[in-house]
Amino acid sequence: MITPILRDGTTRGTVSTVEQTIARRRAEGGGALIGYLPVGFPTLNESIDAAVALVANGVDIIELGLPYSDPVMDGPVIQAATQQALANGFKLRHGFEAIRAITAQVDAPVLVMTYWNPVVQYGVERFADDLRAAGGAGLITPDLIPDEASDWMAASVRTGLDRVFLAAPSSSDARLVQAIEASRGFVYTVSTMGTTGARAGVDAAARILVERLRAAGCTSACVGLGISTPEQVREILGYADGAIVGSALVKALTDGGVPAVARLALELAAGANEIRPPSSPR
Amino acid sequence: MSLRTQSGPYFGEFGGRFVPESLVAALDELTAEYELAKNDPAFAAALMELHVNYTGRPSIITEVPRFAEYAGGARIILKREDLNHTGSHKINNALGQALLTKRIGKTRVIAETGAGQHGVATATVAALFGLECVVYMGEVDTERQALNVARMRLLGAEVVPVKTGSRTLKDAINDAMRDWVTNVETTNYIFGTVAGPHPFPAMVRDFQKIIGEEARQQVIELTGSLPDAVTACVGGGSNAMGIFHAFLDDPDVALFGYEAAGDGIDTPRHAATITKGRPGVLHGARSMLLQDEDGQTIESHSISAGLDYPGVGPEHAWLASIGRATYLPISDDEAMSALRLLSRTEGIIPAIESSHALAGTLELGRALGPEATILVNLSGRGDKDMETAGRYFDLLDEGAEQS
Repeated sequence: MITPILRDGTTRGTVSTVEQTIARRRAEGGGALIGYLPVGFPTLNESIDAAVALVANGVDIIELGLPYSDPVMDGPVIQAATQQALANGFKLRHGFEAIRAITAQVDAPVLVMTYWNPVVQYGVERFADDLRAAGGAGLITPDLIPDEASDWMAASVRTGLDRVFLAAPSSSDARLVQAIEASRGFVYTVSTMGTTGARAGVDAAARILVERLRAAGCTSACVGLGISTPEQVREILGYADGAIVGSALVKALTDGGVPAVARLALELAAGANEIRPPSSPR
Repeated sequence: MSLRTQSGPYFGEFGGRFVPESLVAALDELTAEYELAKNDPAFAAALMELHVNYTGRPSIITEVPRFAEYAGGARIILKREDLNHTGSHKINNALGQALLTKRIGKTRVIAETGAGQHGVATATVAALFGLECVVYMGEVDTERQALNVARMRLLGAEVVPVKTGSRTLKDAINDAMRDWVTNVETTNYIFGTVAGPHPFPAMVRDFQKIIGEEARQQVIELTGSLPDAVTACVGGGSNAMGIFHAFLDDPDVALFGYEAAGDGIDTPRHAATITKGRPGVLHGARSMLLQDEDGQTIESHSISAGLDYPGVGPEHAWLASIGRATYLPISDDEAMSALRLLSRTEGIIPAIESSHALAGTLELGRALGPEATILVNLSGRGDKDMETAGRYFDLLDEGAEQS
């Protein structure tokens, strides 16, 4: 029995597969490895194959990015990849096609990472329905704060989709509580002040922020931004529930195609295992 | 209902804060500090001292009868923001936000710029206040406004040419936001227009509304009454909000904003956001924007770098939606022709941006007739545009036009 990890009065009873996956990985003595790749890069088919390869090599949850013209949270690697996907003719419907194709091949939950305007233009309710129908698990919304999210809250409650909001080192305690209460699946814990991209060291800020989230009642905090090595994954999973890797995977895909992504995923996954003894069997 | 009391975050259904969580604390801090400053007589006094002794405010108004002959004989009065120190209205806002930066205690400022006028204004106030300054400018704009790049560098600012996306103003804003997300602890973002997340639309408008407050009084002193119409060009919309604001509650004063129609609004190459766009979210606010069916921002085009922006401030979107202001498109050719006309009839060379307002005013004057009085915001001077104008009118080569 998985107890609801995040408070969500109206959807209690439906179980988030993302929460389930994270809880299972924790119980096994590791933590969840979440891998980001953008749809349509370098081509639609290769992006699908790459996502499938992530799961085949130990990634627990897919974060599928929808390319957007003005990605203010993204650093140079992801900007270049998503810009190329757009130049190649990416359309939102390709996102749903990709989710269908990925979930047909692997069991891992697929969260969609999208800036907010594409969802607004598609229609929030219609987007939620089509995401659900395609087999998607929910949305990560980097430029939508809970304060502006009432439409999405309603649509996600209706459809049972996960809502992943961000918590930043600069967030006040009150805003952390707000992020925890609004989120379902996990709270995206921003490791450092900045945009996406590999960094040599992941900030102490990440550990402090996870501690603050825990103190505020959060039991599902996954850390992202700047994580690129198995050592960093291991370090983060020592205190957090999941580690999110993006730019490093995109760079591997850029440089060496699907085989390189598969190799890196396998290495990263080694960092997500046997961090502590498994808890009592479920 | 008074239309002048709007203070955000929302203007009707427009505005808000659609930003990464990392920026919320900085926006909250800025909002709180601005609220304090707004009610602090010492802040107002310090800003006014700079307006008077640094910028040269109040800016004068100039009636332009020879130009007006081409506008159906209507009485046309220019508000001369082109005479401000640094050459445009942008200094009004940059000074206000620099004072605020000092209050908050940050030591580094960043800015985006299109034509370079806001970049120059920010570099200027950074020099004045001893702040480190980085200006993000689309690579396309650094080429067509090279003179302003040199000005910013001379003033001690670092100019970063932005090479992503359309390499114009929208991409400069993206990169400035990325810088801010990364360096928010030491850095204040001096945003140049009435767009972006709250508090920028309301705050920038407040720093620019002195234009309309002065002009309203000046026109009444000159003519004995309010103008029939007030006109301005609209890119992001700061000079237009600046001159419109004082007149929002004067129902007999019509307000006209002129957007850049580039090659024409029926071509793909324009920046007529309100005319051709639809509601959406860009750069932190819900407003009108040029976008495809997927919500991807469409690259805009205008001969004027300062109007070459696919979005617009949320207060304009609101004023359009309630019918208080009217927004009309002006093509590159119409603007350039007005630029030459004002130069030759009045000896005033306007910025290409402001020339859109002049072109719109020519048409409006013909529609309103000789009894009408029209106040135009001449938001900037054309010195920066000499290379573009030289090429456009073929003035630079042997045998160039001398008529």
